[in-house]
Amino acid sequence: MNLDSINWILLLASLMVASTPILLAAIGELVVERAGVLNLGVEGMMITGAICGFAISVETQSATLGFIAAAIAGAAISMLFGLLTQYLLSNQVATGLALTLFGLGFSALIGQGYIGIKGLSAPNIHIPVISDIPIIGPVLFQHDLMVYVSILLIAATWATLKYTRAGLILRAVGENHEAAHALGYKVIRIRLTAIAFGGACAGLGGAYLSIVRVPQWTEGLTAGAGWIALALVVFASWKPWRVLIGAYIFGGLTVLQLNLQAAGFKIPVEYLSMSPYLITILVLVVMSSGRSRAALNAPAELGRSFHASS
Amino acid sequence: MNFKTLLAGTALALGLAGAAAAEGPVKAGFIYVGPRNDGGWSQHHHEAAVEMIEHFGGAVELVEQESVPEGPDAERAMTQMALGGADVIFTTSFGFMDPTINVAAKFPDVKFEHATGYKTADNVGVYSARFYEGRAVQGYLAGKMTKTNKIGYIGSFPIPEVIRGINASFLHAKKVNPDVEMSVIWINTWFDPAKEADAAQAMIDQGIDVVLQHTDSTAPQIAAQKAGNVYTFGQAADMAEFAPMPRISSIIDVWAPYYIERVQAVLDGTWESDNTWDGIGAGMVGIGEISDAVPADIKAEAEALRDSIASGEFHPFTGPINKQDGSVWLAEGEVADDGTLAGMNFYVEGLTGEIPQ
Repeated sequence: MNLDSINWILLLASLMVASTPILLAAIGELVVERAGVLNLGVEGMMITGAICGFAISVETQSATLGFIAAAIAGAAISMLFGLLTQYLLSNQVATGLALTLFGLGFSALIGQGYIGIKGLSAPNIHIPVISDIPIIGPVLFQHDLMVYVSILLIAATWATLKYTRAGLILRAVGENHEAAHALGYKVIRIRLTAIAFGGACAGLGGAYLSIVRVPQWTEGLTAGAGWIALALVVFASWKPWRVLIGAYIFGGLTVLQLNLQAAGFKIPVEYLSMSPYLITILVLVVMSSGRSRAALNAPAELGRSFHASS
Repeated sequence: MNFKTLLAGTALALGLAGAAAAEGPVKAGFIYVGPRNDGGWSQHHHEAAVEMIEHFGGAVELVEQESVPEGPDAERAMTQMALGGADVIFTTSFGFMDPTINVAAKFPDVKFEHATGYKTADNVGVYSARFYEGRAVQGYLAGKMTKTNKIGYIGSFPIPEVIRGINASFLHAKKVNPDVEMSVIWINTWFDPAKEADAAQAMIDQGIDVVLQHTDSTAPQIAAQKAGNVYTFGQAADMAEFAPMPRISSIIDVWAPYYIERVQAVLDGTWESDNTWDGIGAGMVGIGEISDAVPADIKAEAEALRDSIASGEFHPFTGPINKQDGSVWLAEGEVADDGTLAGMNFYVEGLTGEIPQ
């Protein structure tokens, strides 16, 4: 074992990159769940965003257009879920699972022509002065734009939910849709907006994988990241900044696992590989043991359909 | 359409398919573990299969199934192919070994060819290439080219084939550069670009400047290209699109001649279970063009090593070689036998880390 050979600065830096996809997907899902909708289709929306983003970025040679396309694709496919659950009042759990399966197959279909094609190389931003600060510079200030966008998105979500009228209405819809409806708010319309936002964020997260991190397209590229994002939202007890912390813990464990192996750390690989999932389970167990607290945090109408006449 | 007509239609379609299979040309089936355009392992099998089909013209028909997971689902895919009238089925990944044996027992008239395994039956032959010969050349180049004296090996599964590759490359890197250290990262998959990219990145972060991969995607090449001063090798396919940097050479699998030979045997009715294990000499392992990033003298020496292995004059596992625990494996001048190589489950001396059990 030789811990000295691990470059902790670079490890922290690659941690931020490894966490960005789940971070983006999780913050979108957080908004959806705060509006009282449980969308289990995150994986499907992510992978649809991944292939659409990759395809457009390759065709146009522009990563920006790729990300925009991914967001649109993610939002579009989430509208399928929105239509089914909000207007046709289908079961949200079943519809969400169906969306995941659909997304995986659909992305494989449209991705046929893009397997094995090289992606763009997105340049890292080099912010003058602050990126040259020792330690902090390379860790925090030498990434690609999307890493910062994801953090800004967390901050914006937090501020919107906490301080704005729109955030208050969104939370009201998630806590008690009957009351919100009685006050004259368009529950369905607000929820559809939240679902579209969630889809767009998931699409961005998927595109981050296919455009920046890998950058390549292959079937099943997201490899379960969407499920981790779903767990993250619960882990964060529906609070934006905790999503950031949770995502960095999960991303950090993945990166650390590989680094420890490369450093010859004598611990069976299997334990390291399963550690992110073990921690998720542990946190869920710990959280649900403090029953009153966890119950207080979950949006009261989570997963329940709304119909004005009922 | 009501349910009955649907059933009738399906039955008719199945009947037609069955009839066609009985009279049609020889059907050769291929099962791939990854997508057939993965840029590496599976793509190379696919291309060899296509070459074989072109060689035979209309006499042989190709059926393929891609992205088949190693596990119970593989049996389903093989069974389906056998029921579909395939006369010979090539299963092209190590993890298909037991499924192949199981399915072969149910279809005694169908011939099976399993790549890189070691279990045979009356209707199951195995074939593999001596990739470790190519790994020796890569190890030689890695030892010469590294500036940090740290090289990395992205391992897929801890099976003999991969362990042979690790040992062969490490032995030859060590021979030309006694200070060299090798880190191995196991990612437990043949094909997962995100994981492969992360593994390569973790190595590069730790100052490793030569990355060997035993996984099938080109993602590590991209990670190395981003880093700039890191060398890599193409795996299974030439991956020439990454030459001259980071890819400085490659191991190319050359399956087509074998496929042609074996399908010919099926056509002639002379097919028998076999155990083929060929290397550079027989042309089953190709060494991709050593790029200009490598100095001319090193390139010449690497080619000399390749040629001496090809002619059979030199064996990559020639003693003295000790096992990781220091015990003697091969004495001075002794050459490893195929049995030990086929089941290799230990590291040689100097490698750190443990093989996951």
